[in-house]
Amino acid sequence: MNILELKDVSMLYGQVMALQNISLSVASGEWVAIMGASGSGKTTLMNIVGCMNKATRGTVTLDGENISRLDGRDLTAIRRDKIGLIFQQFHLISYLTAVENVMIAQYYHSMADEQETLRALKRVGLTHRAGHLPRQLSGGEQQRLCIARALINYPRLILADEPTGNLDESNQNTVLDIFHQLHAEGSTIIVVTHSPEVAAHAQRVVSLEFGRLVSDVPAQRFH
Amino acid sequence: MTRQAMFRRIVLSSLIRRRSRMLVALLAVLIGTTVFLGMGAVYYDIPRQMGREFRSYGANLVLVAAGGGSVLKLEEARRAIALLPVDKVVGATPFRYETMYYNKQGLTVVGTDFSAVRKTSPYWRVQGEWPQKDDEILIGADIAEHTRLYAGSFIALEVSPPKGRKIKKEMKISGVVHSGGAEDGFVLMPLAGMETLLGAGGTAAVVEISIAAASEEIAAFSAAIQAKTPGLTPRLVKRIADSETTVLSRLQALIFMVTGIVLFLTLICVGTTMLTVVMERRGEIGLKKALGADNKAIIFEFIGEGVVLALAGWLPGLVSGYFFAQMVSVSVFSREVDLPFFLVPLTLCASLAVTITASLLPAAAAVDVEPALVLGGE
Ligand SMILES: Nc1ncnc2c1ncn2[C@@H]1O[C@H](COP(=O)(O)OP(=O)(O)OP(=O)(O)O)[C@@H](O)[C@H]1O
Ligand SMILES: [Mg+2]
Repeated sequence: MNILELKDVSMLYGQVMALQNISLSVASGEWVAIMGASGSGKTTLMNIVGCMNKATRGTVTLDGENISRLDGRDLTAIRRDKIGLIFQQFHLISYLTAVENVMIAQYYHSMADEQETLRALKRVGLTHRAGHLPRQLSGGEQQRLCIARALINYPRLILADEPTGNLDESNQNTVLDIFHQLHAEGSTIIVVTHSPEVAAHAQRVVSLEFGRLVSDVPAQRFH
Repeated sequence: MTRQAMFRRIVLSSLIRRRSRMLVALLAVLIGTTVFLGMGAVYYDIPRQMGREFRSYGANLVLVAAGGGSVLKLEEARRAIALLPVDKVVGATPFRYETMYYNKQGLTVVGTDFSAVRKTSPYWRVQGEWPQKDDEILIGADIAEHTRLYAGSFIALEVSPPKGRKIKKEMKISGVVHSGGAEDGFVLMPLAGMETLLGAGGTAAVVEISIAAASEEIAAFSAAIQAKTPGLTPRLVKRIADSETTVLSRLQALIFMVTGIVLFLTLICVGTTMLTVVMERRGEIGLKKALGADNKAIIFEFIGEGVVLALAGWLPGLVSGYFFAQMVSVSVFSREVDLPFFLVPLTLCASLAVTITASLLPAAAAVDVEPALVLGGE
């Protein structure tokens, strides 16, 4: 069953055609990498899939629901329930501790549960950092925290835009290890990356060029 | 963890862990509360304080004999005063005018009650002492200058009583009075002393009364006296009574304005801080939205921060406001102010109104932040 289906999706920013007639399906449990040059439309695509923007044209079906015509409020609800987001810039709240940064996602979703949050921190190896503020964490730790936050509400789809863009190799590998675990547990993951090395960990690599989908191949063949 | 507990945790963390940012806003609320409380206390107290002060600034009701007579009976004046509410009568002073001679020169000598004069004419300044005995007198500053007499000197006054021969009486000058008015050219002696010299006890030319009440009320008193004591004609001392009310209401208007301006400045200061904060926190707001927060949740968080800010500034503001009120009251009225309790919740409401209003602007700005801004580089 496909968790995500895009049909002829186009996105216009004024005169700029950021995406042109993209059609793409992602099966449940799949790990897809999206690659492309800067400005090719990767983030634009993630914003549409992540319910943060509406496509100008085309249909987007997420978990069986057509989201292409929904308004901001409904999109917020769907994003909250189905999407886990991981960012290149981490985007942690500076005045909240590690555990609070994860709990706030639970709070907006349903109910903050400190015990569950601590288990999530344990999973990404941050138990000993629970009471620390983001600025007291290393880049790799911040990204792991960001992942813990993305996972806390059991999203149907994990979207990561350049999750390793700010990390060194060892931290990159830690993050990839976590992705492998999630993948093994059946999570659906879409990762935007510039790094062929990171893309190679996925099952499928989709390439964009000037807003067009130019190739969609299994990762082995991508090498 | 309950929603409220988490909400509190978010709001408090935001304020406490970014305290350097919020310090200005906090200070603004504190100063606003201080001024509001201080000015509020003074505003509320002014009619009472100023009433006392100003009405004692000279008499505002004068009793004279009815029908153009020059002598009134003190007994009658006492009956008239008995018509007034006791707690509003600051003082009532009889004045009797006679002519006496010093070195063949005629002087106006005023017989009066010095303890009452000090209430109805508190602005008189006496160099030396107020008279204690019946043969002690005050001389006006102008007379002191002409005669080169001073406090402690003796003066021989000649009087011709209506019956009998001239009397020469030596009096002790206990002090020199500076009133800035006619008294500077008079000699003042105790009424009792004058009565022993001249007879005709229990009379006076005028009785000046100082009443702590608004001018309309005094007019009503005057009418009552007119009706009940036919031997007397009450006269309102209009000029003073009116200027009092004007000064009073102008002062209150001034305080009102100052308080309003300070509250407005507080609003601007808190609002600017909050707005700056929103600009700085765009990323955070976008993130919260990306995490699924709706506009309502974000607005509530800002208002929550405003409420905590109001409470945190209000509590110390109460203390400093109390001292501010005392300071103003002591320096302006020379007495301590009674802080009416209702000002305490009122200042809280004012603080809350200011900070909540100030948070609405940034809250509105926060609504426009797009969650999409969190993705990608930046
Ligand atoms: N909000 C926007 N308004 C106008 N143009 C935009 C906006 N967002 C993106 N674009 C344009 O759309 C195109 C695609 O942008 P996008 O951010 O999706 O690229 P990207 O593939 O993520 O690039 P990068 O690798 O640099 O992150 C670019 O030409 C960009 O300038
Ligand atoms: Mg991008």
